[in-house]
Amino acid sequence: MKRKTRTAAQPAAPAYNGDMRSPDEKTPVPAAAPQAAIAAPIKAQAQKLHFYYGGTVHALKDINLDLAEKQVTALIGPSGCGKSTFLRCFNRMHDLYPGNRYEGEIRMHPDNVNILARQVDPIEVRMRISMVFQKPNPFPKSIYENVAYGLRVRGVRSRGLMDDKVEEALRGAALWDEVKDRLPDLAFNLSGGQQQRLCIARALATDPEILLFDEPTSALDPIATASIEELITELKLKVTILIVTHNMQQAARVSDYTAFMHLGELVEFGDTNTIFTNPSNRRTEDYITGRYG
Amino acid sequence: MSAADPTADTRLHGIRALIARHKRWDYIFSVIGLVAMMIGIVTLLALFIDLVLDGYGKLNYDFFTSFPSRRAAGAGILSAWVGTVLVMLVTALAGVPLGVAAAIYLEEYAPRNWMTDLIEINVTNLAGVPSIVYGLLALGLFVYQLDLGQSILAAGLTLALLILPVVIVATREAIRAVPGAIREAAYAVGATKWQTVAHHVLPYSTAGILTGVIIGMARAIGETAPIITIGALTFIAFLPPSPVTTEPPFISFDWLFAPFTVLPIQMFSWLSRPQAAFLENAAATGVVIIVMTLAMNAVAIVIRYRFRKRIKW
Repeated sequence: MKRKTRTAAQPAAPAYNGDMRSPDEKTPVPAAAPQAAIAAPIKAQAQKLHFYYGGTVHALKDINLDLAEKQVTALIGPSGCGKSTFLRCFNRMHDLYPGNRYEGEIRMHPDNVNILARQVDPIEVRMRISMVFQKPNPFPKSIYENVAYGLRVRGVRSRGLMDDKVEEALRGAALWDEVKDRLPDLAFNLSGGQQQRLCIARALATDPEILLFDEPTSALDPIATASIEELITELKLKVTILIVTHNMQQAARVSDYTAFMHLGELVEFGDTNTIFTNPSNRRTEDYITGRYG
Repeated sequence: MSAADPTADTRLHGIRALIARHKRWDYIFSVIGLVAMMIGIVTLLALFIDLVLDGYGKLNYDFFTSFPSRRAAGAGILSAWVGTVLVMLVTALAGVPLGVAAAIYLEEYAPRNWMTDLIEINVTNLAGVPSIVYGLLALGLFVYQLDLGQSILAAGLTLALLILPVVIVATREAIRAVPGAIREAAYAVGATKWQTVAHHVLPYSTAGILTGVIIGMARAIGETAPIITIGALTFIAFLPPSPVTTEPPFISFDWLFAPFTVLPIQMFSWLSRPQAAFLENAAATGVVIIVMTLAMNAVAIVIRYRFRKRIKW
């Protein structure tokens, strides 16, 4: 599906809509213009999403976006366009700060839960959706404890199960071979790239359904960046990924779908190939060709 | 621009003259600063040395193991330092949990509104309330209303109230120093607020909290006014009952309700005697108080250093 052109992808849209929606669901198909179709199972759908910082700043305007299951979706756009804000809606990070307000919904599939709904506990959402931050933010604890923390929060008591999960997560984050002999060491003693992979391991240890990356390589050197990118392409075999990136080459390298955002709006969304080779919107084209941003 | 270029030469001269002129202020300020620092340090040091010279002769084993006496030569500070230690114990046990809990609530749980702002401002103001006012409050509340009498418990609770604002402010500062990224990391894996506080925020801010606690205690240890106000005695020739007993249940809390005296009060009472020999005792007591305070501050510094080395943001 990655190779499909935009025109070829469009006819697939009704087919997926028919497949993925339960028959009793009355939600109308969003008719927003920049919406492009996805020829893959859908893991989450943002629908008519608006977001307000402190109740006044209208940071996201009518975002409609589908996340393809076990694919990488990249969010690109100039600074301040709202891509990180959008990403942080997915694990309700905005709930930590007073005055923030969501409108619209993000529906998770297959259970069709609107994770932005007031009655849905943000902790429930965060237990299902993990996040890796822009700057590596390990806890000032041991390497082992960092990875195990999500499991501790989930009440895992068995040492054996914990050990297995920690190893699995560290292997998943391509860090196991480097740290297996120094698990009790303080995480701060790792290099920046290793710390970021540790944070990925921490996010993986709890078997998330969606993994969010907020510019995960912006604080890293090119070699560490390459290893994280390689990791992301491997991780999509297991988990749905949404990544914010400032680096267009990175988006082109790692993602299957790309969304271009500008001034809080979703300007264009489609498979990465099309967005980068044949964007239909002028603003997307200008951004991609480096005319602004 | 070559070196021989005359305009470049004058330009360079101009720059150098400018730098020299600007640097004069560095020099002037460093002299002013040095003098200012010296006034503080030298005065304090002179006072301390004077105190040590006056009291040096009394600082021996007997001084710490004797009760106060009418004969200056045989008088000691046994009841006073035991009283100080016990009062400090009560102060810490009451003041620290209250202060830390209040700070955590204000920083992590309290909704951001005008009520919280008002409380925050007033907590800071409380730190500036004269200690004798706390003494009056305690006299009314602890001694009479709650009928605790002129006891170690009443004194400890009074001083706990006194250090509460210091503990709250220090704890809030320490909590605030934990980066938001760490909190977000904890929340992002699904931790609740309490889990985030208990597993991360508190452990990482322990150094700052302990520093604040010790600074508060160091203030409380020298407090005289509130203790006098609630009616501590100046002449105590006995120790409070031991907390450990020979009969079951082996632990006794009678000491909490015992009359007591503390080091600053002992010092004050000796200072008001006409005989010169008692002044020597007072000086020696002063040295003990200062050394105790300095020791507590030293502990605070060591703790801070230890923790900072482990946690760097």
